[in-house]
Amino acid sequence: MVWLFNISLGSVSIPNSEIFSILFQGESSKESWKTIILNYRIPKAITAILVGSGLSISGLLMQTLFRNPLAGPFVLGISSGASLGVALLILGSSLIGRISGLAFSNFGMAIAASLGAFLVLSAVLIAANKVRNTMSILIIGLMFGSITSAIISVLSYFSSAEQLQQFIFWGFGSLGNLSWNELKVFGLIFFVGISLLAFIIKPLNSLLLGENYAKSVGINIKFTRNITLIITSILTGVITAFSGPIAFVGLAVPHLTKLIFNTSNHKILIPSVAIVGAILMLVADTIAQLPTSEYTLPINAITSLFGAPIVIWLLVRKRKIY
Amino acid sequence: MLTKKNKHIALKVKNLSIGYTSKKGQSIVASHLNMEIEKGAFVCLLGKNGIGKSTLLRTLSKIQPFIDGEITLNDIPLYDYSANELAQKISLVMTEKLPESNLTVFELIALGRQPYTNWIGKLSEKDIEKINLSMEQTHIEHLSNSKFYELSDGQLQRVLISRALAQDTDIIILDEPTAHLDVQHKMETFQLLKNLAEKLHKTILVSSHEIHQAIQSATELWLMTDEKLIVGKPQELIENGNIEKLFTSENIVFNKKNQQFILKNHETSVK
Repeated sequence: MVWLFNISLGSVSIPNSEIFSILFQGESSKESWKTIILNYRIPKAITAILVGSGLSISGLLMQTLFRNPLAGPFVLGISSGASLGVALLILGSSLIGRISGLAFSNFGMAIAASLGAFLVLSAVLIAANKVRNTMSILIIGLMFGSITSAIISVLSYFSSAEQLQQFIFWGFGSLGNLSWNELKVFGLIFFVGISLLAFIIKPLNSLLLGENYAKSVGINIKFTRNITLIITSILTGVITAFSGPIAFVGLAVPHLTKLIFNTSNHKILIPSVAIVGAILMLVADTIAQLPTSEYTLPINAITSLFGAPIVIWLLVRKRKIY
Repeated sequence: MLTKKNKHIALKVKNLSIGYTSKKGQSIVASHLNMEIEKGAFVCLLGKNGIGKSTLLRTLSKIQPFIDGEITLNDIPLYDYSANELAQKISLVMTEKLPESNLTVFELIALGRQPYTNWIGKLSEKDIEKINLSMEQTHIEHLSNSKFYELSDGQLQRVLISRALAQDTDIIILDEPTAHLDVQHKMETFQLLKNLAEKLHKTILVSSHEIHQAIQSATELWLMTDEKLIVGKPQELIENGNIEKLFTSENIVFNKKNQQFILKNHETSVK
């Protein structure tokens, strides 16, 4: 439903009956409409679903692993790590010279973002192992975020206006711009990340009692932690690479879902978080297209504009949020 | 001598040193520990704050590595057990606060079944039976659907013991399970543990500061002192005065009649 609604809106208005005939019969009275639907709007809607569900799952994993309701891919510096990867690629190329044509394709950005996300996350984790206190871990994550943004500032200073613009536009976040080929790669990596979840659904539930209890029921903490981090960096990395750093979804959706379903069981939570995240992202994307029919607002502005008040509202209502 | 032959030793410790290893070196909390626990025994570990009771319990349950010595479980070295095998032998009740979550009592107890469930943690009929049984044994059936954060400290302690029971292990190790409880709940908890040992033949190892309760209910006491760990039956330890060694302060003495430690000048005034 939301998906269809999302497809029906865009800078060119296409009658609903035409959309149905394109979707189900592959025919349309105008060839351009068919191209718009098939090569632009459907990939965008699929991207929205992948981005929304992936970020929400990452957020949920981080919140359980760190046993902290404030954790999320964004807060722990994973997103800034991905940004750093892309910044090094786009902005840093002026310093080291053009590496190859591949560097500026979406694939090159995906690899750079994943590497950046993984590096920062590992650094946060190594530091986290030394301090053990969860509040300190969050502060360490924020510190890593500020280190990466400092490096990005330095890089920006030495970059050309053209490169800067490319990086800033990437930073707005965008669900469009993906061709079917890129979407295939996106989907494949996404699927690899998601399928690893099978290893950790059970351990995640025992982590709800704390690490020592989890150990006492036979859970390998190190393995679980590593798999969780790998999944998070794959998902966050690939999403950030293809659609930019998208804020708040990873933090807000798990809380929303826990409030709606009133459970902590990951067997239920993971699929519901994915669905809620996908719906929310489609709605956000639809809102981004609504105000003017010619321009699309940056998706990042929409998620933050609507995500932040929701989190504040939840906290003010003083419901226990976990 | 005949009775000794029939003894089944569940857990045996030989020349054990416990403590923490870090880059700077080792800090040994206690060493030369030698003791064994018979199956079905109710052992109470007593000692003053900071003497290393929790460290010992964590070491015996493999949460923390030991520094030197030998621990055997059913005559097999503790470290030869895989994590999952061990989880079917020893279950724990710890003092640490549970992280915030939305778990219900039933879900929390069900986590005790994890060593037996498949990759996704699906509960079989047998698992559900065991969960219900362990709730009956601890009298918390009526709490089944409550969220665990809504419970009182006394109820929560029962739930945690129930979770350990559901794990279906021979040995249950509890670290100060009565720490936050009132007198009534302390007594009830000790009574419950005694029943588990006597009726279900569980081997119970519990650390506590409740000296009076421990003397009343335990089959054996471990007294952790600065010099060494003294093992014995409660009455023996009172008779030979070893129990006095628990505290080094001149001002507190053990009153045999009340089976309690009291202030020295208070004892004279009572006389």
